[in-house]
Amino acid sequence: QGTRDHPPAHVALRDRLLAAVVACFKRHGAATIDTPVLELRETLTGKYGEAAKLIYELQDQGGELLALRYDLTVPFARYLAMNKITNIKRYHIAKVYRRDNPAMTRGRYREFYQCDFDIAGQFDPMIPDAECLKVVHEILSDLQLGDFLIKVNDRRILNGVFAVCNIPDSKFITMCSTVDKLDKMPWEKVRSEMVGEKGLSPEAADRIGEYVQLHGGLDLIERLLQDPKLSQNKLAKEGLEDMKLLFEYLTLFGIAGKMSFDLSLARGLDYYTGVIFEAVLLQQENDHVEESVSVGSVAGGGRYDGLVGMFDPKGRKVPCVGVSIGIERIFSILEQRVKVSGERVRTTETQVLVATPQKHLLAARLKLISELWDAGIKAEMLYKKDPKLLKQLQYCEDTGIPLAAIVGEQELTDGVVKLRDVATRKEVRI
Amino acid sequence: IAKEVAKLLEMKAQLGGDEGKHKFVLKTPKGTRDYNPKQMAIRERVFNAIITCFKRHGAEVIDTPVFELKETLTGKYGEDSKLIYDLKDQGGELLSLRYDLTVPFARYLAMNKITNIKRYHIAKVYRRDNPAMTRGRYREFYQCDFDIAGQFDPMIPDAECLKVVHEILSDLQLGDFLIKVNDRRILDGMFAVCGVPDSRFRTICSSVDKLDKVLEPWAAAAAGVTLSLCPSGQLLTVVCENCLEHGNEHGVGLVFPFLWREGTQSTVVTWEDWILCRLRRPARSWQMEGGDGGCSSTGGSASQTSPLSIGIERIFSILEQRVEASEEKIRTTETQVLVASAQKKLLEERLKLISELWDAGIKAEVLYKKNPKLLNQLQYCEDTGIPLVAIVGEQELKDGVVKLRVVATREEVNVRRESLVEEIRMRTSQ
Repeated sequence: QGTRDHPPAHVALRDRLLAAVVACFKRHGAATIDTPVLELRETLTGKYGEAAKLIYELQDQGGELLALRYDLTVPFARYLAMNKITNIKRYHIAKVYRRDNPAMTRGRYREFYQCDFDIAGQFDPMIPDAECLKVVHEILSDLQLGDFLIKVNDRRILNGVFAVCNIPDSKFITMCSTVDKLDKMPWEKVRSEMVGEKGLSPEAADRIGEYVQLHGGLDLIERLLQDPKLSQNKLAKEGLEDMKLLFEYLTLFGIAGKMSFDLSLARGLDYYTGVIFEAVLLQQENDHVEESVSVGSVAGGGRYDGLVGMFDPKGRKVPCVGVSIGIERIFSILEQRVKVSGERVRTTETQVLVATPQKHLLAARLKLISELWDAGIKAEMLYKKDPKLLKQLQYCEDTGIPLAAIVGEQELTDGVVKLRDVATRKEVRI
Repeated sequence: IAKEVAKLLEMKAQLGGDEGKHKFVLKTPKGTRDYNPKQMAIRERVFNAIITCFKRHGAEVIDTPVFELKETLTGKYGEDSKLIYDLKDQGGELLSLRYDLTVPFARYLAMNKITNIKRYHIAKVYRRDNPAMTRGRYREFYQCDFDIAGQFDPMIPDAECLKVVHEILSDLQLGDFLIKVNDRRILDGMFAVCGVPDSRFRTICSSVDKLDKVLEPWAAAAAGVTLSLCPSGQLLTVVCENCLEHGNEHGVGLVFPFLWREGTQSTVVTWEDWILCRLRRPARSWQMEGGDGGCSSTGGSASQTSPLSIGIERIFSILEQRVEASEEKIRTTETQVLVASAQKKLLEERLKLISELWDAGIKAEVLYKKNPKLLNQLQYCEDTGIPLVAIVGEQELKDGVVKLRVVATREEVNVRRESLVEEIRMRTSQ
């Protein structure tokens, strides 16, 4: 449950998608690593907060207690600590496992791909953070998924907002998850959850409301830097100044137009310490289709400076920032698009079928196809001693093979091969 | 007791919380390993060679989930079933990690009622082997399967499988190799003729199978072998003369089934007479199962499959060792140019330029420092193998040029800003 086989058509499309993503990561000079699908249970413990109940555990079979990885970030932090690496720019594309309830969230699988891009190391502020955002922007643009928006915020600014609104520290995390719902629910509903369920006073909720409904660009950042209450909060000021620097870099990268500094962005995971961001698609491509694919965010990430330190025996910190591309969601969109356009996705890359029109020519076919393979040509032939020419041509049509190399008795005598263009039916002797 | 202790330890770890020091051992699970960028570069090389070959032969790709229903795997692996990783019963279906790619493939064929397919599948499988016993044996490792399923004219697909192996081993340039071929039917026939009872076929088979591992250490002479009958008259003992000469304790007592020629007590026979096998140095052999016309265990229809499994982990090790030995410098990134600055306060210019390069699809990097020293930037190129540097300086900016430096030769040339992309493309395409 929650898993599926990927038939050749899926895999072909998925590989196309992954190739575009990898090309972008490589363009930015990232190396790649791989980690086991299994991790020690203790490696994953205490890193995911409430989400921990969704981890797949392995049965105790008398050895170490194991679990399937939940994401690629914690394994990355473990890898850095284990190998005492202080500096690396890496990408990692692999499957992760979550015991989500697929019924509740449509299209949510329990086994799915993540594409992570992370930069670890102590650097001058916000440059690597800006590059992560540039990477997201490039990928979403290259894939032509339509208009999108990247929301950016900072944990320090959020914490500052809560502090100046007199929210007790102990309620920070739970407030975060409520505020995060602003992208799906109107402010009124969020406010009533804060007051009704989370026990906040109506005045405090209103104070929060003044801030978290704000979004904009450099102008908003400047305004908040002047805010009398917020500018008194050390953490918020830090966050705002870094945000300003970030937006300056994003402008140099030419991508500020798709960025929105959004104070309602909170994100689920506990380990973020600074910048956080999330990319969403703005309009459904397939509005005219009844079964429109409801897609949430397609990428998300942020800065997590404390995670590696949790693994290092001496608590040595390695600051990290990274992004995770939600490939499955993007894949659904592309699948829909292919269905609607009626495009036929080929599942093989075969360039030519080696065929014979008469009987007893298997040897000639085997010899010719061997020559083609040895020259690197992608070729196939039917596994029949005496196939009918029509069947061979039909096979080409069915699988999208563009050319047929036909050798018959006459051709053999003349030392030629008849090359046929399947689509146009034109033939030429070579 | 172990279970309770584990539970308590887990609770303790959770109570420790985010601030607590983690005293656990920092490692991957037993029998699994991370792949660092260098290893990934080698792995990519191997996968490319293999996948290119599979695609050349028109194979499709499928993918299946990493776990299967426990019942799918039950009863398929005989004694080896105890090596299967089970997932904990967390209130849903009972699951296990896949043990190989063949049973999932059979399930896929049966589920989708497929009778005809040529597919490859490269993925990790999981076995709770004891790594101590068999050196280098992992619990998580790659398998690479290539199968042709369907009812076809005999031996054509089988021949193609052998052609595929030949192409892959040649492309990878692993050195001289040999492909041993036999047929279960011939083996069974030999056993029958030698009087081996049916019930002992399988165990005798696995003894015979070890023959090449036992003989491998010696440079085998193609010359004679002395046969002698053991007292029971049913199995012949082969004694390799050369082995005895070298005083090897394995030289005596090799059991090998032969067709016993009536009336002979001992005879000198050459290998070729019976086995189609020659030992040659260096012997790297890949066992190939002949199409044995067996039925796949699910699906009902008697479909012939020609399974081919490539020992990918072994190939990785060989190449890894070879790279170590040759001290070949393997690049872990594909970056073409580093964007650098010669003076201070030029971060903006660097970011603007690199953004232009990325947008044009050029693979570029920049150091995450506001004011890096030129020497450090050049050193970075040497360390990571980046071939070109694009240097922005105050004078160059005024003149509208960029200084392009070839790292290897140290030659520098001033290129007009507008032509930079073209110049880089030209220089990196050679």
